Amino acid sequence: MKSLKELEEIKQKTLDSVNLRKDRSGGTRVVVGMATCGIAAGARPVLLAFLEEVKKRNLGDVTVSQTGCIGVCRLEPMVEVYRPGEEKVTYVKMTADKVKRVVAEHIVNGRPVTEFTIGAAE
Amino acid sequence: MEFYRSHVLICGGTGCHSSGSADVMSAFKTELEKNKLENEVKLVQTGCFGLCAVGPVVIVYPEGAFYSGIKAEDVPRIVSEHLLKGRIVTDLLYHDSVQEDKAVKSLDQVEFYRKQKRIALRNCGVINPEKIEEYIAFDGYKALGKVLTEMTPEETIAVIKASGLRGRGGAGFPTGLKWEFTAKAKGDKKYVCCNADEGDPGAFMDRSVLEGDPHSVLEAMAIAGYAVGADQGYIYVRAEYPIAVKRLTIAIEQARELGLLGKNIFGTDFCFDIELRLGAGAFVCGEETALMASIEGKRGEPRPRPPFPAVKGVFGKPTLLNNVETYANIPQIILNGPEWFQSIGTEKSKGTKVFALGGKINNTGLVEVPMGTTLREIIYEIGGGIPNGKKFKAAQTGGPSGGCIPAEHLDTPIDYDSLTKIGSMMGSGGLIVMDEDNCMVDIARFFLDFTVDESCGKCPPCRIGTKRMLEILDRITKGQGQEGDIEKLEQLGMSIKSSALCGLGQTAPNPVLSTIRYFRDEYEAHIRDKKCPAGVCQALLQIMIQADLCRGCGLCTKVCPVGAISGERKSAHTIDQSKCIKCGACLEKCPFKAIVKG
Ligand SMILES: Cc1cc2nc3c(=O)[nH]c(=O)nc-3n(C[C@H](O)[C@H](O)[C@H](O)COP(=O)(O)O)c2cc1C
Ligand code: SF4
Ligand code: SF4
Ligand code: FES
Ligand code: FES
Repeated sequence: MKSLKELEEIKQKTLDSVNLRKDRSGGTRVVVGMATCGIAAGARPVLLAFLEEVKKRNLGDVTVSQTGCIGVCRLEPMVEVYRPGEEKVTYVKMTADKVKRVVAEHIVNGRPVTEFTIGAAE
Repeated sequence: MEFYRSHVLICGGTGCHSSGSADVMSAFKTELEKNKLENEVKLVQTGCFGLCAVGPVVIVYPEGAFYSGIKAEDVPRIVSEHLLKGRIVTDLLYHDSVQEDKAVKSLDQVEFYRKQKRIALRNCGVINPEKIEEYIAFDGYKALGKVLTEMTPEETIAVIKASGLRGRGGAGFPTGLKWEFTAKAKGDKKYVCCNADEGDPGAFMDRSVLEGDPHSVLEAMAIAGYAVGADQGYIYVRAEYPIAVKRLTIAIEQARELGLLGKNIFGTDFCFDIELRLGAGAFVCGEETALMASIEGKRGEPRPRPPFPAVKGVFGKPTLLNNVETYANIPQIILNGPEWFQSIGTEKSKGTKVFALGGKINNTGLVEVPMGTTLREIIYEIGGGIPNGKKFKAAQTGGPSGGCIPAEHLDTPIDYDSLTKIGSMMGSGGLIVMDEDNCMVDIARFFLDFTVDESCGKCPPCRIGTKRMLEILDRITKGQGQEGDIEKLEQLGMSIKSSALCGLGQTAPNPVLSTIRYFRDEYEAHIRDKKCPAGVCQALLQIMIQADLCRGCGLCTKVCPVGAISGERKSAHTIDQSKCIKCGACLEKCPFKAIVKG
């Protein structure tokens, strides 16, 4: 070990992989509805697409988790996105392709993709 | 970048290891692969979470779901329900982590954790102790870097002094002062040692730190080395701690690989390395002078002080010796500053203390609380109270060197000084709870028996005096106590305290003296009435028939193997105490519960 900088680099490299175990009220949360109907409607590919995008873009402070029934089976797969200090946004009838846009526009740049939201669908 | 959406933390501490956590680990591996989740869910083996009583413990993040008592058979459900579908398996959760409305409480809201403050245990159950990178990710080795590149040894010592940290190994000596003495001692070579002997029966605080966060001790020892001017460290750890020894060995290797031990650390002139020394597990080897003799390869026997280790320690060189938990606090103090540490605890005892809760308590396990927390909070809130609705009788702190604290002192804020004042001591942190079924004379006898066994025999007060005391206690518990025995115990105790060579002898009478102080009536009952009020001392038990309840059915006479029971049919029976062998057979037979033990 030659310097504090070198130590900091190791820290940064590992941080993302342990972050999950800290209190992370600060980061963005993505919750994928994974109840029976959700899985049938293709929630797994949606979840995997989120993981893929987060990994690709090095978004260390995003958590991706699942939940059971969100409540509106016919709109599954549904996804909720919580950004700190903002209203929850609910996306419906998600697909792996839609995920790419949600990550790029909403999670990274803070602009919800209105056309995929529950408001647009209703 | 590596990204897992979920982390499954499986406790790999000694407690959970013996309740089967290795099987749980391999079951998770299999199930994750079966469900193709191995690239989404990460398995992490950690150190102790503290709730060893309900182990094996598994925590799943990001939800922070706290599963307890997990068997390999439970794993498929957790994987298919929780990890695959996101439905927490509520019936496998630790009971207190589920709210009445079935919602899951966050970990820090669980009663067991709510009043805890984790400094020494901060990484235990959070990181994988076999990966130095995880320690670094939680600011590990940053304190060492800061000290080496930004502070002088004097400034480092000043921070430790200002923090108010006192030794966690038992005596509570101010750590900063000890560092200063060692730094000022003249010597071409100095040593830094860590006391991981932990011989106190029932204590496992140090083991848990070493198993769960070994790097915190290595980092602190290097900081100490820089502060006092040493380039070599020794950790004296008992050989009966195989998991701790293994993790320490791995940690030392990894630290050397990254150049955090070895030559020119952080590009400075500072060089420091650490070696392990395995102790054979004699209690007296935890005493500092005996420990150093043992490190040198000699017999682990104490020698008179002065000279103190700071002047003349290992191989005759100035040596700093601190306890595992003392060290575990150091990096946090450097990073957060002495004011932060000062703000936790009581006036003369700063910071936190780790206790190993045991005995008659619901949540046996490991807790870390701010100094000044009361026994009542530890026992009833964190510890979950006493099982089976029994009544609290006493808490024993300080192990064989400590004493028993009765109910009237339950609200004493615990720190070094308050415990000494009420006749016990902090000791290393064993905390054993006793209820109405414990006999205090028997407890005193148990601890004294331990010290008599462990006395190295070098000095007569300890070798002969404690044995005399044990003989008297033995006699009392066998119903052969005599008037004047209590006074004899007190006199012997006081004289051993003032004349024994080392701390073992000097504190050995404490368990006896403190129980006499608070439970003298129990001693008197044994001696005068030949009775053991708690019903523990077999020889003093009497089996009696309560005349008002006895209907004279005669069933008891038929089961008594020695024919001790006699009486007319339909009138009260009696037991001939000279014949009764206290087998208890009649107790269960009596349909009217007329036969009692007392
Ligand atoms: C009989 C006896 C046993 C001891 N056992 C231990 C022990 O197991 N661990 C420990 O840290 N200190 C033990 N001590 C205290 C040590 O002598 C020493 O005071 C301590 O390790 C210093 O570290 P500290 O200042 O950080 O507490 C024992 C003392 C005596 C008299
Ligand atoms: S007090 Fe006991 S253990 Fe200590 S030196 Fe004397 S005989 Fe040995
Ligand atoms: S305890 Fe045993 S020996 Fe004593 S009276 Fe009852 S049956 Fe007989
Ligand atoms: S089961 Fe899918 S919304 Fe209820
Ligand atoms: S050893 Fe697992 S919780 Fe203590």
